Amino acid sequence: MPWDRNQMAARAAKELRDGYYVNLGIGIPTLVANCVPPGMTVTLQSENGMLGIGPFPYDEEVDPDLINAGKQTVSELPQTSFFDSATSFAMIRGGHIDLAVLGGMEVSEKGDLANWMVPGKMIKGMGGAMDLVAGVKKIIVVMEHVSKGGGAKFIPECTLPLTGRNVVDMIITDFAVFQRPDHDSPFKLIELAPDVTKEEVREKTTANYVE
Amino acid sequence: MAQKIYPDAKAALDGLLFDGMTIAAGGFGLCGIPERLIDALVASGVKDLTVASNNCGIDNVALGKLLRTRQISKMISSYVGENKEFERQFLAGEVEVEFTPQGTLAERMRAGGAGIPGFYTKTGVGTQVAEGKELKEFDGETYVLERAIRADVSIIKGWKADETGNLMFRKTARNFNQPAATCGKVCIAEVEEIVPVGSLDPDCIHLPSIFVNRLIDGSPYEKQIEFRTVREREAA
Repeated sequence: MPWDRNQMAARAAKELRDGYYVNLGIGIPTLVANCVPPGMTVTLQSENGMLGIGPFPYDEEVDPDLINAGKQTVSELPQTSFFDSATSFAMIRGGHIDLAVLGGMEVSEKGDLANWMVPGKMIKGMGGAMDLVAGVKKIIVVMEHVSKGGGAKFIPECTLPLTGRNVVDMIITDFAVFQRPDHDSPFKLIELAPDVTKEEVREKTTANYVE
Repeated sequence: MAQKIYPDAKAALDGLLFDGMTIAAGGFGLCGIPERLIDALVASGVKDLTVASNNCGIDNVALGKLLRTRQISKMISSYVGENKEFERQFLAGEVEVEFTPQGTLAERMRAGGAGIPGFYTKTGVGTQVAEGKELKEFDGETYVLERAIRADVSIIKGWKADETGNLMFRKTARNFNQPAATCGKVCIAEVEEIVPVGSLDPDCIHLPSIFVNRLIDGSPYEKQIEFRTVREREAA
């Protein structure tokens, strides 16, 4: 049975390490915050200018000046700090963030990521995604294995405008996990969701990878 | 002493506006937006604006108001979602967008304010963002040249300022306000409270007064929230 959204987030959380500074994208990646193992210190960075994101606030504590990059109200922690957008992206671009978990529309077998635009349809913009993939030490993409139309999303070459070229280190889908040790190596299938077979993954994937 | 305090946003914009001008605006989503100054820009009727701002508000809120009145011809932004009117105008070719990665946009503003005409960044290399721009290798990695932004006027929102313009922001409402403030030839700040000189700790000033040319007290503010998310209180 394929993983659901929370299980995919929990799988991504296994990549967290004590002391990590982490940026989580919008959607499934945000759920990773709920899966930090007890006793582990992980500091979440929000690119709108906050280090140390707390949980959603209680109703009476909601503060319009305190939001995350998804524009949701959040709370602060005793160790929280605030800063401006240029400083925030100095952290990101400057390689100070250990891990980013992002959503994806397509990932290519060479590690290219497309997640910001569907020409003629979705014109929202890239936000901070291009900076994150350019500067963060490790990039995990969490996405459904196939599109709503049933097409493969882990493919030989991206068809959508790229967010970054050769930037993805790990792909977690509802069916499987792929990883590569460096940006010159091919992705390797390292894990299957319960009762999912290698053959099934092969069938739903057009990218080349090793098993 | 030179007087920086103006009675209201209209007065603070007086003599600065012209059609076709470039404006840098602070704010992230609806957080920390210079709403009094945006309202005054709408009322002024100035048009053909190029606006550098991370977002373009939402429908008829914040910069979305200037969009509704067709006063904006070009946005320099990283994210313009959650705005139906923007989408409509963009798809109809009525408004132009220079999509700029968020960190590149912040740095373009910071550089503009710091006298740096351009800088090389890894962000966007190999994507359409880098198309037509100079590429250069440093230590075996490819970087793209991005140009600084210099605005005719920057409009920002702060929390508290003293009478000279020394300014503090509050929580995540700082965001683009700091870099935007520095890249304008003239910076107008609206704040929630103007306090006497000497009442702010000099060690806690986020934006030194030299970057603030004109100042207004825009209170009272009814700050809007784009996505109100809360948790339940655990039963005692």
